[in-house]
Amino acid sequence: MPDKEPLDFSYFPGCSLATTAKENNQSLIECCRKLGINLIELPDWNCCGSSSAHGINQRLAFDLASRNLALAPPGRPLVAACPSCTLKLKHAQHRLHHDASARDRYRQLWGRPFDPDLRIRHFFGPLAEADLGRALSVNGHVRIDLAFAPYYGCMLNRPYELRAGTNYYGILEKTLAGIGLRPVHWGYGSQCCGTFLTVARPDIVTPKVNAIMQGAAESGAECIVTACAMCHMNLEVRCTLKQPVPIFHFSEILSLAFGTPNHNEWFSRHLIDPRPLLKSKGLC
Amino acid sequence: MTIPGGSTIRLGNIDLKFSREIKRIAGTDFHTCLQCRSCSSGCPFSDYMDYMPNGVMRLVQLGLKTEALGCNTIWICVGCHTCSIQCPMAIDIAAVMDSLRETALAEHADVPEPDILNFHREVLNSIERYGRTHKLEIMLRYKLKTFDLLSDLNVGVRMLAKRKLDLTPSRVEGIGDVKRLFQE
Repeated sequence: MPDKEPLDFSYFPGCSLATTAKENNQSLIECCRKLGINLIELPDWNCCGSSSAHGINQRLAFDLASRNLALAPPGRPLVAACPSCTLKLKHAQHRLHHDASARDRYRQLWGRPFDPDLRIRHFFGPLAEADLGRALSVNGHVRIDLAFAPYYGCMLNRPYELRAGTNYYGILEKTLAGIGLRPVHWGYGSQCCGTFLTVARPDIVTPKVNAIMQGAAESGAECIVTACAMCHMNLEVRCTLKQPVPIFHFSEILSLAFGTPNHNEWFSRHLIDPRPLLKSKGLC
Repeated sequence: MTIPGGSTIRLGNIDLKFSREIKRIAGTDFHTCLQCRSCSSGCPFSDYMDYMPNGVMRLVQLGLKTEALGCNTIWICVGCHTCSIQCPMAIDIAAVMDSLRETALAEHADVPEPDILNFHREVLNSIERYGRTHKLEIMLRYKLKTFDLLSDLNVGVRMLAKRKLDLTPSRVEGIGDVKRLFQE
């Protein structure tokens, strides 16, 4: 925004956004710029440990996450867009705050003390604080007339020790209503997508995904909007319905509202092509 | 004695040391479980588990080590935390599952879901090699290991066609830092 300095954040893209969900990454950086949020990629970040390290080797999960915390420059919050990465980073930080042996290990591994002032946030935090209405009036704005099913997956289920702090339930509805979208009421908004079971047990994930996709269609949604690249991929890859509703990354829809010229590059990467729907609405 | 949703148990197998150890690792007190089954009602994957989450709470309360470490529940659980947030006694059930999984590996228990474990191992191998996950290689190695190259071929082809699977990995420059973490 012209008369306001953008706010700097260290940015942790995570493996999904850096590879399979590049369209999520690019659209996120683009819409953040319009919102006055400047994302500066964390230099040489590594995998947060993911479900696999967390699931079978918690020592390794802590160490992998802690390297990222050690790379974060002081005085700047660390933002992640992937809900799972955010939890893994916050989990390591929680241990560092509460466990002296974890702090010793951190110092021994990374040669510096843990920075207790480092703030780790999901992208929803800065988004909730940004002035969307103002950004839209400054940058111009395309009204997006679509009925959507807001899909949070499991991201709002925080583990017990991380329960304190803001819960962003409703932020998809509130933000997207500001650009013309209409949220539907449906029963699957916080149903887990199946995450990594998609590889070893697709027989479990396919019926779950189909129920979610069917639920969206039956509730009158024209599309699903997610805030998680993993959910997005599972819904697209495992859905076997004949006419699945398209799925958007939250950041793609916001960028579309800001009149992005790059959407074709993003939408061509979707397994369920959203362009026929957007064309029918005169949106691309 | 029977476990809700499970089989008859022999009280002679009770190992309270195991129960205390899981409580210590998980950092949560599962002895307060009321068997209300909120966890199992909320769990999206309980249909596929041999013991429901509340059944696993009973197993660890009673210290039934072989059953707790050998059930498929701990492998099917993805850690979505739905159970943990629904528990009226604030038991972090997902943390109990994490602790049981890790203990099962440390104690070389039988793993009833070897494919899920293979997948986790391939993910960790990828992180060790590159510092980040390389999905195409993880999938190929996983498929080779499980002798299952053909299922999901169409999914792989669609993902490649949509440029969802990068041919080359994204790498960490300070890979020495990461490799060191794997050597312990």
